[in-house]
Amino acid sequence: MQYEMVAGFETHVELATNTKIFCSCTTQFGGDPNTHCCPICIGLPGVLPKLNRAVVQYAIRAGLATNCHIANISKMDRKNYCYPDLPKAYQISQYDKPLCENGYVQLSNGRRIRLNRIHIEEDAGKLIHKRGDTYIDYNRGGVPLIEIVSEPDIRSVEEAKEYVEKLQQIMRYIGVSDCRMQEGSMRCDVNVSVRPVGSDKLGTRTEIKNMNSITFIGKAMEYEFNRQVELIESGGEVEQQTLRYNDSENTTSPMRGKEDANDYRYFRDPDLVTISVSDEEIDELRKTIPELHFEKVERYVGQFSLSEKDASNIAKYRRIAEFFEQASDGVKNPKTVANFIIGQIFRRLETEDDKESFDIKTTAAQLRELVKLIDDGKIRNNLAKSTLEQMLDTGKPASEFISESDMAGLDESALEGLCRKAVESNPKAVEDFKKGKQKAVKSLVGFVMKESRGKADAAAAEQLIISIIG
Amino acid sequence: MAEGMIKRLGSMLENKEISCTELTNTYLSAIESANGDLNAYIKVTPEAALDTAKAVDEKLARGEQLAPLEGIPMTLKDNISTKGIETTCCSKILEGYKPIYDATVWAELKKSNAVLLGKTNMDEFAMGSSCETSCFGGASNPHDIGRVAGGSSGGVASAVGGNIAAYGLGSDTGGSIRQPASFCGIVGLKPTYGSVSRYGLIAYASSFDQIGPITTTVEDASIVYDAISGYDAMDSTSQGRRGEPTVKTLKNDIKGMKIGVADEYLDGVSDEVRSVFEKACEVYRSLGAEIVRFKLPSLRYALPVYYILACAEASSNLGRYDGIRYGYRTANYKDVNEMVCKTRSEGFGAEVKRRILLGTYVLSAGYYDAYYKKAQNLRGSIVKAFKDAFETCDVILAPTVPMTAFKKGNAISDPIETYLTDICTVPVNIAGLPGVSIPCGFDGEGMPIGMQLIGDTFCESTILNAAWQYENAAGAEVFKPSAYGVKL
Repeated sequence: MQYEMVAGFETHVELATNTKIFCSCTTQFGGDPNTHCCPICIGLPGVLPKLNRAVVQYAIRAGLATNCHIANISKMDRKNYCYPDLPKAYQISQYDKPLCENGYVQLSNGRRIRLNRIHIEEDAGKLIHKRGDTYIDYNRGGVPLIEIVSEPDIRSVEEAKEYVEKLQQIMRYIGVSDCRMQEGSMRCDVNVSVRPVGSDKLGTRTEIKNMNSITFIGKAMEYEFNRQVELIESGGEVEQQTLRYNDSENTTSPMRGKEDANDYRYFRDPDLVTISVSDEEIDELRKTIPELHFEKVERYVGQFSLSEKDASNIAKYRRIAEFFEQASDGVKNPKTVANFIIGQIFRRLETEDDKESFDIKTTAAQLRELVKLIDDGKIRNNLAKSTLEQMLDTGKPASEFISESDMAGLDESALEGLCRKAVESNPKAVEDFKKGKQKAVKSLVGFVMKESRGKADAAAAEQLIISIIG
Repeated sequence: MAEGMIKRLGSMLENKEISCTELTNTYLSAIESANGDLNAYIKVTPEAALDTAKAVDEKLARGEQLAPLEGIPMTLKDNISTKGIETTCCSKILEGYKPIYDATVWAELKKSNAVLLGKTNMDEFAMGSSCETSCFGGASNPHDIGRVAGGSSGGVASAVGGNIAAYGLGSDTGGSIRQPASFCGIVGLKPTYGSVSRYGLIAYASSFDQIGPITTTVEDASIVYDAISGYDAMDSTSQGRRGEPTVKTLKNDIKGMKIGVADEYLDGVSDEVRSVFEKACEVYRSLGAEIVRFKLPSLRYALPVYYILACAEASSNLGRYDGIRYGYRTANYKDVNEMVCKTRSEGFGAEVKRRILLGTYVLSAGYYDAYYKKAQNLRGSIVKAFKDAFETCDVILAPTVPMTAFKKGNAISDPIETYLTDICTVPVNIAGLPGVSIPCGFDGEGMPIGMQLIGDTFCESTILNAAWQYENAAGAEVFKPSAYGVKL
């Protein structure tokens, strides 16, 4: 029998607000243990939470960017459980009235992954096991999170990966999170079940907890799919359980049995008042949602005739897209700008993080000036290339590296003079050419280009050299 | 009639009849001689008190004017956080816990040089009606030390009633200010929910808890309320006070005021309490007020609603005491689970455990709808019933407690019987209303009887005005000084 995978995601995304969700401590990553803490986020007796409005706004923006309905009225609830990293013994979260509901993320194959909800909540601290002892760092306690809960609409590992990447891009684009999976600012719980192809019933699911790499998500889902299929094929039944993924062995294993199933005893947090959001506020926030990645790709292909791949490479990173758009403003051929970015600038940005932070010395205006020199026929492409390298090294404008004479161009007699010089100075190449080695003329053209500092028209020079050798 | 200590001491200081240091020392030595009997204070803070007193004396020496509460010796219930001063809620589990921040109310009073004499006794985590669940043993009634001071703010009531503090701040979740004030023959105000900041008040049941004054007179209660009420950005449920300071309208005429008396409040009260209460109604009639009898049938649900919701919130609020970060930790354990279990088993007393268990149960999957949700709905109907009542009356008058202070040891033996004594006080907390208990007479054994004036939300001025008029009219008849404490 043929089986298909059915998967849904619960994705925790750390919001990039400056301060925590219920106090004014910094949300900065790192820092010495327990230095980003106050009585509120370590839950000392008598403290009260105070909801950071920026968290509500960030979450609403995340909801708007994923086509959610934003609730005018929502509330905060307590999720009660006892664990040393949770200093109040309850997490303040949202239970039955989340801030955002009924959204979707559209995949490139046209399928929509429906989002059930996005709610806000606080993160817990971190346990550090060292030399047989356990220490607790509460720096992360109270950092704001959104939990994005999808419907079980994902049907393959590819879709899963694209879904996570898309969420990542969207959240980064609208600036609500940096979504760094390795730092834990984006973590996924993946629910996987299988069913015979054609069936519309859902199978029993298992939940793989706390995945923090897209590669491992793919591997874990694949493993879990095969495990469940084999189990069913051999007459067994899938047990609903929570799993941990072991990356070194590429297997999943149960974290806890059913008997320890938590009863979180949710109830409304009496310390916090109803969250009201007016339609006007939602409209204001909607205005702050920028053009998203896939919308930009469409525009770059249509408007600037970039290839889909180039457009996607540039649009993927919000800062690079902005740089590209500014540098292309008013130039004849934005493709040239795209080529410089993908060819030369990307070489200096090795990692994804480098591209995301896009820390380069050259400004968009400087690149635009350089491209305009090409547009105006004042310099040629290869001079522009070497100039750009110097610009990127120093942060100085093109004018620092290109002289008036560089931009003056070559008149015909000067070009002829250089071609003659080339023929006279390279008897070996001339000899070779005469013997029928067509390629030899290239080295003569190279000589002209070098002597002219790239100003010569290579095609014209080749014609002239051939006629001189003649 | 009792003399308002705050006003009197304030003018003695202003007139240089006594220095603040002398005054503070007078109270400190009174505590030393009386506290053995009263067990009102569980911690006395003479050094800090004298430091503040010195600052007040310097101010006086410079000829500066004092704020209304400046230099007045007072006390705080032990669930109000005081930076650097042990705050334990009279529970073993908070043994040695010294807060690193001040509760907003205390921070405010500190600014105006209130002289904190020490922290006072209470039922453990404010759970109790006799002060006897305290891990330090209960406080005694200053009129008969064989009887309880009431609870949970028994220590504050015992200290103020016993004249070893000019006033104090308690907290009222289901009657914890009004009931001990009634038992000790003094005044206790439970303000509207949200009018006094809860920040720094160690939570018992967050949607009920409210800090308020315990004083010797209505005017004193009004002065303290005006000082501690106000919006606090640190408390999201805070709304502050409405209108002008309550002292300004205290002495207004109450002719034509409609005072509602609901039959349900008088069900099950003792004959002595009933007859004293009826006499008080007469006093109001003589002042020109109209007594309106009416019915509040939903009050019969008040006790179960209160105990379900308060315990549910408590079960969550008290989850944090695990011995990991502060307070008591068990001596021997194998792992973290055992540590938490043993710490909580050894650190909490029986009443606290009972309420945590009850609360956990009513929130559990499968029981939530039958208990918690139903109680929430009923809370809504009680709120509405009061709203409706205030359409026709200006204030509601009711007994504070169905009986007078009981003998020590009686409360512990039967928890259900004890819960029933809260019948008259809990409705106010369920509906978030203000209520002030004032003395209105004595039983055959000379123990004080109290009654409460209940107002619509943020109508402290109205109830304090009505209370002051009664106090003024009834005079010395309803007040008897305790044998304990300072004699000035």
